[in-house]
Amino acid sequence: MISGADIMIKCLEAEGVDTVFGYPGAAICPFYDSLYKSNIKHILVRMEQSAVHAANGYSRCSNKVGVCVATSGPGATNMVTGIATAYADSIPVICITGQVKRELLGRDVFQEADITGACEPFVKHSYLVNDTKDLPRVFKEAFHIATTGRMGPVLIDIPQDVQEETIESFEYPEKVDIVGYKPNYRGHKMQIKRAVELIKKADKPLIVAGGGVLSSGSKLKLVRFSEKTGIPVISTLMGIGVMPSEHENYLGMLGTHGKKYANRALHESDLLIVCGARLGDRAVAKPDQVSRTSKIIHIDIDPAEIGKNVTTTVPIVGDMKNVIEKLLEDVGDYHITQEWCDTYSEWKKKMFRIPPVHEGFVEPRSLVAKLSFMMKSKGILVADVGQNQIWCANNFRIREGRFLTTGGMGTMGYSVPAAIGAKLARPTRDVVAVCGDGSFQMNLTELGTIMQNKVDVKIIVMRNNRLGMVRELQTNIYGNRFSGTILEDPDFKKIAEAYGIKTAEVNSNEEAEKIAEKMFKLKEPFVLICNVAPETPSI
Amino acid sequence: MKYTLSVIVENHSGVLSKISGLFSRRAFNIDSLAVGVTSNPAISRITIVANGDEYVVEQLEKQLNKLIPVIKVKRLVEGEYVSRELALIKVHCNSKQRGDLMRIAELMSAKIVDVAQNTLTFEITDTNDRIQTLSDLVKPYGIKEIVRTGTVAIEKGQGEVYHSGFND
Repeated sequence: MISGADIMIKCLEAEGVDTVFGYPGAAICPFYDSLYKSNIKHILVRMEQSAVHAANGYSRCSNKVGVCVATSGPGATNMVTGIATAYADSIPVICITGQVKRELLGRDVFQEADITGACEPFVKHSYLVNDTKDLPRVFKEAFHIATTGRMGPVLIDIPQDVQEETIESFEYPEKVDIVGYKPNYRGHKMQIKRAVELIKKADKPLIVAGGGVLSSGSKLKLVRFSEKTGIPVISTLMGIGVMPSEHENYLGMLGTHGKKYANRALHESDLLIVCGARLGDRAVAKPDQVSRTSKIIHIDIDPAEIGKNVTTTVPIVGDMKNVIEKLLEDVGDYHITQEWCDTYSEWKKKMFRIPPVHEGFVEPRSLVAKLSFMMKSKGILVADVGQNQIWCANNFRIREGRFLTTGGMGTMGYSVPAAIGAKLARPTRDVVAVCGDGSFQMNLTELGTIMQNKVDVKIIVMRNNRLGMVRELQTNIYGNRFSGTILEDPDFKKIAEAYGIKTAEVNSNEEAEKIAEKMFKLKEPFVLICNVAPETPSI
Repeated sequence: MKYTLSVIVENHSGVLSKISGLFSRRAFNIDSLAVGVTSNPAISRITIVANGDEYVVEQLEKQLNKLIPVIKVKRLVEGEYVSRELALIKVHCNSKQRGDLMRIAELMSAKIVDVAQNTLTFEITDTNDRIQTLSDLVKPYGIKEIVRTGTVAIEKGQGEVYHSGFND
């Protein structure tokens, strides 16, 4: 005989899970009891939202799926923002929630919340498990759904008595068969042929790479494609890292807060090869303008993305890796003209500028650029949301590492918990979280998780006593009426010290760099507070 | 533009809310929706009639297809399918009016399923338009209540949205 809770552990083990992020409560207690007896490591976070973000960071930096656990009611509803974040950014995460006993469902008892209902619009799929016998199938399906096709979060809600109930035996299914779920991995041959014809005819082709390139693991293929054909690459916020920042074919991030030369290239190009990007409003504010002047090849694993935001000339639904491979084969010895190559290289040179320094303050953009080289080549930088995100996006010189941020949902407070997940997934790499004083305080309590688990994460707080991104908007559009954007901060150093975390506060780049050098030598967490001039712009 | 979608789904709890959620989050209204099990009890068929332009319908089809329990989505082509709905219409009726109403029923191929001292109830299974006609015809007598099902639709001839694999 085996209990539902033991089955849950066995399912996780069968999926190769060795770490879960969570927060216990009554309705998930049977699971926690089984967890206690298992070899799976549990990371106790300080709030359930962080468990999802940590699982998110863990997923993005490992080849495994991040798993997070919470109890029913408020535990589950606290997860909602994390789940929505993972959904918007297409990150595979498995969220396990306890639920009240089956006989009490729908009676509004203590800590009951309809979490599958609440999360409906932003989970890839969800289960409310009604029968202990279903658990193995549900787990098998959940991991399959989360990690295939367009990835995303899957929620498994399990009533307490389903966890307690014992059944005869456990057997983990070997195969999944879901009639309504068969993602298409191979691009349509005819469409690929049409795409190749377009590429061969194009004068000024441009690759727009999104997060899909990274999640499909086709980064190196894309680099090869760009190098072979000479086609330059720009990326969305989620696509940063598809190419080393200093690659001569790479023109940086596009969009409202992107690089000038990336946007220039976007508007002057006559053929866009959009790879795993949805071209949301922050990337391309007026998509119809773009599609009027250039042809568009759109490659995506999700058919619903094709034609959603931008009109497409050639749609290719399929796995990026397969499609790029095929394009690479079929494109032959096509190479862009020297003229196009010279044009964009010239823009890149001409439009580059060094940000001006504000005396007595840290210049965040130059600091981020500097930090990139102080970190080891495979370092992971996690940017939060706000001005700090844009400073990082445009100035982090990525080499072989990763750049993590939430581009889709833009959830403040993402960086610290996601960095915890990233570090646990890649313990040998440098992991840096960059946040503002606003976003740092949103999940400030995670310093507790860092302390308790001795997670070696370096936190850079860009402090300007403002909610900077909105402050900037108010300067540009709302006549400097700083409604609700002035932020009074506590003494962050004292807070870090209270958690036993080393810390320093700096007022210039020289100071910051000196401290950072020491910081990277330490094998323990660090909070570096950088005072930034409030008027510093995002770009 | 009015369109009819035939959606084949797994017969689970919660599937309907996933589907209606896709419409509501985009602030689209559904004109009618009918659900019923197919010849395979594990599979249900939903017929949705709604309004929207080409972009909206295409997006909805794709988004519906993304839902895991959705097996197939098909937009039915105008003129290539037969659609019916059923209505029960309860009308005020005294003994003098009964004859007239019975004639209307005959003309419209409707059945009279209940007769009481002061009311008479029609049952009509027909297209949406014809049901509207009947309801207009009896309106002067005073409609007490009207209950309508959603539209169900099936393709003409060999066309089929989903073969359930059952031959009997």
